[in-house]
Amino acid sequence: MNGAPLIDWDWITRNLDDPIGTRLLEHLYLSFAPLLLGLLLALPLGIACARWRPLYPPVFTGVNVLYAIPSIALFFLLLPYTGFSAWTAIIPLGLYTLAILVPNVVSGLAQVPDHVRQAAVAMGFGPLRRLIQVELPVALPVIVAGLRIAAVATISMVSVASLVGIGGLGQLILTEGFRRQFPTPIVVGIVLSVALAFVVDGLLVLAQRALTPWTRDRDPVARARPRTVGAAKGGNA
Amino acid sequence: MITFEGVTKRYPDGTVAVDELSLELPTGQTTVFVGPSGSGKTTSLRMINRMVEPTSGRIAIDGQDVRDRDPAVLRRSIGYVIQQAGLFPHRTVLDNIATVPLLLGWTRRRARDRARELMEVVGLAPEQAKRYPHQLSGGQQQRVGVARALAADPPVLLMDEPFSAVDPVVRTGLQDELLRLQQELRKTIVFVTHDIDEAVRIGDAVAVFRAGGTLAQFSTPERLLAEPADEFVEEFVGYDRGVRRLSFFPASDLALRGDTVLAAETPSSEASAIARAQGEPWLLAVDAAHRPIGWARALDLDRAAPGSTLGDLATVGYGHVFRVGTDSLRAALDAAVLSPAGRAVGVDEDGKVVGVVAQAELGDALWAVGTDETPPAGAVRP
Amino acid sequence: MNVLLWVTDWLSAPEQWSGTAGIPARFAEHLGYSGLALLLSALIAVPIGLLTGHTGRGGFLAASLANVARALPTIGVLMLVVLAAGIGLVPVMAALVALAVPPILVNTYEGVRGVDPQVRDAARGMGMRGREVLLRVELPVALPLILVGLRTAAIQVVSTATIAAYVGIGGLGRFIVDGQARRQFEMVAGGALLVVVMALLVAALFYLLRRFLVAPGLRRSPGS
Repeated sequence: MNGAPLIDWDWITRNLDDPIGTRLLEHLYLSFAPLLLGLLLALPLGIACARWRPLYPPVFTGVNVLYAIPSIALFFLLLPYTGFSAWTAIIPLGLYTLAILVPNVVSGLAQVPDHVRQAAVAMGFGPLRRLIQVELPVALPVIVAGLRIAAVATISMVSVASLVGIGGLGQLILTEGFRRQFPTPIVVGIVLSVALAFVVDGLLVLAQRALTPWTRDRDPVARARPRTVGAAKGGNA
Repeated sequence: MITFEGVTKRYPDGTVAVDELSLELPTGQTTVFVGPSGSGKTTSLRMINRMVEPTSGRIAIDGQDVRDRDPAVLRRSIGYVIQQAGLFPHRTVLDNIATVPLLLGWTRRRARDRARELMEVVGLAPEQAKRYPHQLSGGQQQRVGVARALAADPPVLLMDEPFSAVDPVVRTGLQDELLRLQQELRKTIVFVTHDIDEAVRIGDAVAVFRAGGTLAQFSTPERLLAEPADEFVEEFVGYDRGVRRLSFFPASDLALRGDTVLAAETPSSEASAIARAQGEPWLLAVDAAHRPIGWARALDLDRAAPGSTLGDLATVGYGHVFRVGTDSLRAALDAAVLSPAGRAVGVDEDGKVVGVVAQAELGDALWAVGTDETPPAGAVRP
Repeated sequence: MNVLLWVTDWLSAPEQWSGTAGIPARFAEHLGYSGLALLLSALIAVPIGLLTGHTGRGGFLAASLANVARALPTIGVLMLVVLAAGIGLVPVMAALVALAVPPILVNTYEGVRGVDPQVRDAARGMGMRGREVLLRVELPVALPLILVGLRTAAIQVVSTATIAAYVGIGGLGRFIVDGQARRQFEMVAGGALLVVVMALLVAALFYLLRRFLVAPGLRRSPGS
């Protein structure tokens, strides 16, 4: 590395606000928006698949084929339409989350015990009320498990968007670091990206605990499991 | 013979699972460890094949300390059956059974031949050989588990709550099967259960464990029911132990009376005279083959139309009968209690009436049992 | 849609199908990088997963490392290793292995851990030694989940191997990068399409592997 130290603390201090802080905020925005988009698409899609089972195999195949498209190619292909706006990153990254979120929504809903569903029907819940007040809350832990995987994956993938020039920590890695043959910004970019992933993951765990108090202290193993099962299914093609 | 000498198991956190256990389990017999959960019965069993190592004390099989043997080699010489069978999901029924022979280095062909043989022994149809465990019912899985444990013909068999995950009907069937097998094979079986009925049914000897891992009582099932060592054992075996204990006494000891059993053709007047002479309110009518037809009330005989027979008046059903040669006192008592006449009908293997016994007379026999020290030779299995 | 027409035109042009820059050569390169990366990852992750799963020790550490690796930005790893080791195969492999190890490791670990404790107990109780329990019981029973992990990793690797083009070595990524540079979108789309085709082939391969390697008694388990 041309004898240069891996981390130049002086550079970090000088550039803390800009570009480091700016890029971090961009990164946050560029990961949050696709997650939101993905969730908004995955919920109705997953609910529909859970209700009309024959819909699921084609949808499942579809989202996984999408997932197999290299992100860099999707970015390039969107450029002529969306230009260098954030949408160029948000749309592909949002579509990728579907491969993780849709199966989790479907299996979360499928996991609602039949007796719970029947009890809701017997108490006079209509289909929509039942969905919102009973089935989705019960499915929430599995859905959040998917969201956690999707969040970590998206945060690490946003960096690729900088190859197209859309900003985020990848820009730090590429422009400040790689182009100048200067390792410090690359390390800073990697560390911040990993840290961001962990913070968001932790926040999602806290959010889930707040939203589903009944799952607390039950069985830590059982709570950890859906996550890996989800990870296993994430790349199904 | 398996001997426990002052065996203690203490876990690092301080809990004592087994406390100073000393016990001798006779060769060729079934010893049942029974007790509530946390009483150390499973730990005791698992120390025999070194799945758990004792903190102190000594366990020996035929005089040889189990700790002098390599655990894997030791375990291959001891059959092991556990709850829900623990069958290998990726192997067929046949290959599951062949596991230990293959570990011992048998050829695949010989191991499979042996496995096929054992399927027959435990009552599995040959066409199930190629099936996988998840395609079997719970009862069938347990049969495979037993066959797998027997595959290398080990002299000792450890069974850890093997039948507790199947429904009661299947469980009774499996228990019968085990009793039949044991009659042929005469293995040294150690059987753990939390079900006292199962313990009493299966065991030649029963060791009752109490919480804290101490032995509360070690005796034959019959003695256990007759004389619980203390309040804990008494409560554990249940308050209907007196009735259940009757299972260990044969009905053949009962004094049955034949003088109130008459052919159906007997004229009513004659029957009435006999009843009066015997002081009996009920007479049993039998057919030409001496099979029961029903009970007739002596009062009705007095008022019967002239020319009628006992058979015409025998309108009260005889309920269910007990077999004199094979049933126990408990079956006789049951038959008497259920009979509208208050009398039990004893029959032989062909269903012919041997005699009848009234509840009151049964009471005398039961009292005798209560004061008797040991069950008579040739005691009947419940 | 004329984009589709362009792509078909590009794909059917005879000059794409020969030479070192042709589709077959690029496809083979891409397959080579992906295969090598998957092999390296499996050699790292499967033994660690099996051992941590079998002993139950170090599982938390392995899972934590896998989580960090999962969060690593691939571009960052690639660029950092390029700075350290120069352009070539090393940075590509470093980035792809970092990507592929977590799913293989986590699934192998979970697969072995997930073996029914009763089954493991029975195996030990019948006199299997640790190695025999691992190889004859835990590995075959965990195999479906291990294959799912390998498949997940393989598809991510195939898709991400396009970045090899960024550090000057070939693969299908060349079409995407060169197409962008020349403003030939049919080339970008064609390259992407070829990557998807390879991913589908990989999925098909794993379907076959599952059929031939997994004992029929396990086939009803998740992942089917």
